[in-house]
Amino acid sequence: MSDNQKPIVEEREHVVIKFAGDSGDGMQFTGIRFSETSAMMGNEVSTFPDYPAEIRAPKGTVGGVSGFQIHIGSSDVITPGDEADVLVALNPAALKANLRWVKKGGTIIVDVDTFTPKNLEKAGWDTDPLHNGLTHEHQLIAAPITSLTKEAVKDLNVDHATALQSRNMFALGIVYWLFHRDLKFTEEYLEKKFKNKHEIAELNRLVLNAGYNYAMNIQLSRTYVIKQAKLEPGKYRYINGNTATAWGLLAAAEKAGLQLFLGSYPITPASEILQEMEARRDLDVIAFQAEDEIAGIVSTIGASFAGKLAATSTSGPGLALKSEALNLAVMLELPIVVIDVQRGGPSTGLPTKPEQSDLLQVLWGRNGESPIVVLAASTPDNCFYYAYLSAKIALEHMTPVVLLTDGYLANGSKPWKIPNLDTLPHIKPNIIKAGELKEYQPYERIPGTFVRRWAIAGTPGYEHVIGGLEKEAVTGHVSYDPENHEHMVIERENKVKEVQKDIPLLEVDGDSEGDLLVIGWGSSYGHIVTAVHELRNEGYKVSHAHFHFINPLPSNTEEVFSKFNKILVAEMNRGQFFRYLRSEYPQFDYRKHTKVQGIPFTVSELKEAIKKNLED
Amino acid sequence: MATTSNTPKYTFKDFHSGQQVRWCPGCGDIAILRAVQTAFAKMGIPKEKFVVVSGIGCSSRFPYYMATYGIHSIHGRAGALATGIKLANPDLSVWQVTGDGDALAIGGNHFIHEIRRNIDVNILLFNNKIYGLTKGQYSPTTPKGFKTKTSPYGTIEDPFNPGELAIGSGATFFARSIYSNMNLSVDILLEAQKHKGTSVVEFLQTCVIFNKNAYDYLTKGPDKENNFIIVKHGEPMIFGKNKDMGLILDENSNIKVVKIGENGITEKDILVHDAHRPDPILHYQLAALQHPVVFGVIRSVRKETYDEALYRQIEEVKQASKYHSLEELLNSGNTWEVK
Ligand code: SF4
Repeated sequence: MSDNQKPIVEEREHVVIKFAGDSGDGMQFTGIRFSETSAMMGNEVSTFPDYPAEIRAPKGTVGGVSGFQIHIGSSDVITPGDEADVLVALNPAALKANLRWVKKGGTIIVDVDTFTPKNLEKAGWDTDPLHNGLTHEHQLIAAPITSLTKEAVKDLNVDHATALQSRNMFALGIVYWLFHRDLKFTEEYLEKKFKNKHEIAELNRLVLNAGYNYAMNIQLSRTYVIKQAKLEPGKYRYINGNTATAWGLLAAAEKAGLQLFLGSYPITPASEILQEMEARRDLDVIAFQAEDEIAGIVSTIGASFAGKLAATSTSGPGLALKSEALNLAVMLELPIVVIDVQRGGPSTGLPTKPEQSDLLQVLWGRNGESPIVVLAASTPDNCFYYAYLSAKIALEHMTPVVLLTDGYLANGSKPWKIPNLDTLPHIKPNIIKAGELKEYQPYERIPGTFVRRWAIAGTPGYEHVIGGLEKEAVTGHVSYDPENHEHMVIERENKVKEVQKDIPLLEVDGDSEGDLLVIGWGSSYGHIVTAVHELRNEGYKVSHAHFHFINPLPSNTEEVFSKFNKILVAEMNRGQFFRYLRSEYPQFDYRKHTKVQGIPFTVSELKEAIKKNLED
Repeated sequence: MATTSNTPKYTFKDFHSGQQVRWCPGCGDIAILRAVQTAFAKMGIPKEKFVVVSGIGCSSRFPYYMATYGIHSIHGRAGALATGIKLANPDLSVWQVTGDGDALAIGGNHFIHEIRRNIDVNILLFNNKIYGLTKGQYSPTTPKGFKTKTSPYGTIEDPFNPGELAIGSGATFFARSIYSNMNLSVDILLEAQKHKGTSVVEFLQTCVIFNKNAYDYLTKGPDKENNFIIVKHGEPMIFGKNKDMGLILDENSNIKVVKIGENGITEKDILVHDAHRPDPILHYQLAALQHPVVFGVIRSVRKETYDEALYRQIEEVKQASKYHSLEELLNSGNTWEVK
């Protein structure tokens, strides 16, 4: 290519790319390759897979479109992004499903060979969009991907269907050229992955290069470079929220010197936690796929009684089934961790879509006075840390702990700096060893902490029976005494309050006083941070505080709130955290911005909401 | 399970917690408690290794009266609790006390899956054919037509037979006793402990308040011995107060009661009980038999237990795994350095 043909090279802080195609088109695979290459070339990356809403939807229809969105940038990449700068649509349905999420002026890459009248009709297009104004608002790359893929591999001895399966690599090649990416990471990956299928590796490599060369030759008007991010030095890998959660528990077991037990029942979007734990028999994990949600948590309670770090994982409907047993754990005062990967509700609701609507269920959805420790992770990678802390609190405070994540965190992934286990906080379970005490009283509390001691079944000399009936203080014998019941209710409450001493203070991003404080919790973190930062760059005075500790709340919560005139709570439900805060600290001027569409906030809608609340 | 020679010598008293027993005077549970305490003392297992768990119901108060580890849990869930305890520490001797409502109504799902998995726990199912704790409603084992507080015109549903359900779920051990027969109960409990795998022991238990005559035909009157048989592995199945009745298989392979000395039947024609035969059909028939009611160890076959398989698999997988530490796992996959 001669110099005068060189396209404009646009330098960008951030770019969002979406790969979309039929669910069989390998979009997840393609997206992950692009993300890895970008991370290895020094960008910050955040990704989110978008699986088809319907399983086995007919090929070529909007219901069967699968996508993978990637946000890359040089700093502040905390969400997978709102709208796409670049959309790859491998068929008309993929374009139909995603066009409204493409920025004005963005680039759209399509496989023009698939835009046949029949396919257009299946996708629900009345007219061919490629000839109807698409080019006015976007840079359109109408590449004959199918035919060029066939052409590229004609010398290989592969059948038609196999050849066409590598169309995704052609598209990836185009995108690589568009973003000045190096092909070598993907080529190395292909070689490793298809070590024993040499012709498949070769096929993919050829098509990838064909796409790259095609893009180089078609005189594009614009390409993009993204500056390297300033990441903390260290060793990195990709991790999604469910894996991070599972590994956080593994790390906690190791640091506590206990074996890990997980009793669970498969449920979307939490099943990967159980799957990962089942695979981790190689690291001594006892994972048990129970016959139902109830058996999942009850076996967990049993394992805790027998001295394991015991956990169960579920989603909203499963948590509802677990309520009675969760209350048993509250009463027994045994350590267990419950992971709730939230999804859209009520009932079966939107199983694959994220929502933050289990909060009140977790806090208050049990009979009796039933205080429980609740934490919430906010990014895919910090699921590791909050799962770790959940286990630490459970073991040290002898209480069930619920960790809230959601489908957005569970499936989203981020590069993750692999932690050094030595730097994680210590975990000291309250186990008493044989001979340590003359007489064991199951409900005698360690002075100043309200925590009872853990005598593990099998330890000589501490034989004792505990149960769901109210117990006499200290001895644990069944008691119907009115004063004793009230005393025990308050002790259980105090024990949970006491956890406050072990949790960090609430931090404010931005000025620590002012007109408006935006409050969030859980997976809306990235969107809120981005919205607030952008507004501050535009000159608005707004601060943000994000809660990872829901019960108890950080001890400085009231003090932080008191420095602001207005508090805007943004959450993906109808205002559950808003209600909770209002009941805890009723004196403040709370407002809410809520969304229950099974999709995350967009930065732009948050900015609008914040501006509106700044005004009135 | 660790049974060591230096295990202290216990008597039944060593297993009594000192808590006041709150069952109604004359309740069958009291006698079964004594049998369990007596049997535990004979097992040669250190006291701290016993864990007794229960759900909800009259019988589920049981753990409070035992000087062992124990949990009195929630309705129907004792099976899942026992499962978690056993998987977490196979060295413990886990005993699950449950009733006909707890195990077969609200806890039915856990009951069948626990048995299907063959987890090495001992299920003691106290069958009084009624709900006692909630004061007299019908249960899944209440005979059809029986009048209770919730069936004032008689029940319109067929009952479960716990033995049929257990064997149908793949039980490797099923035995039946009755509260009134202390020696038989103790013998069966010792056998249940020795059995590796889920042991289901059904105790016919009288509720003196709400269903007091349920088992009179087995415990009262001069002819009661004609109404039940106690089977022993390797012995012919003969019963009756005159020891002149026996069980044979008829031409359709159904169990039939015959009289020795009548129609040319001699002792040699009587079926010899084989508790160890893998095929469950005959055991199922024995468990289902209404007349006579069959007591004793009906089925006892050895099969790998879930807990054995779990720990075996963990060892195998550990040998073959590419990860030998958490560090190796965290650093696996595609990684890159940022300088
Ligand atoms: S109500 Fe019946 S089963 Fe319950 S304790 Fe009294 S006699 Fe026993």
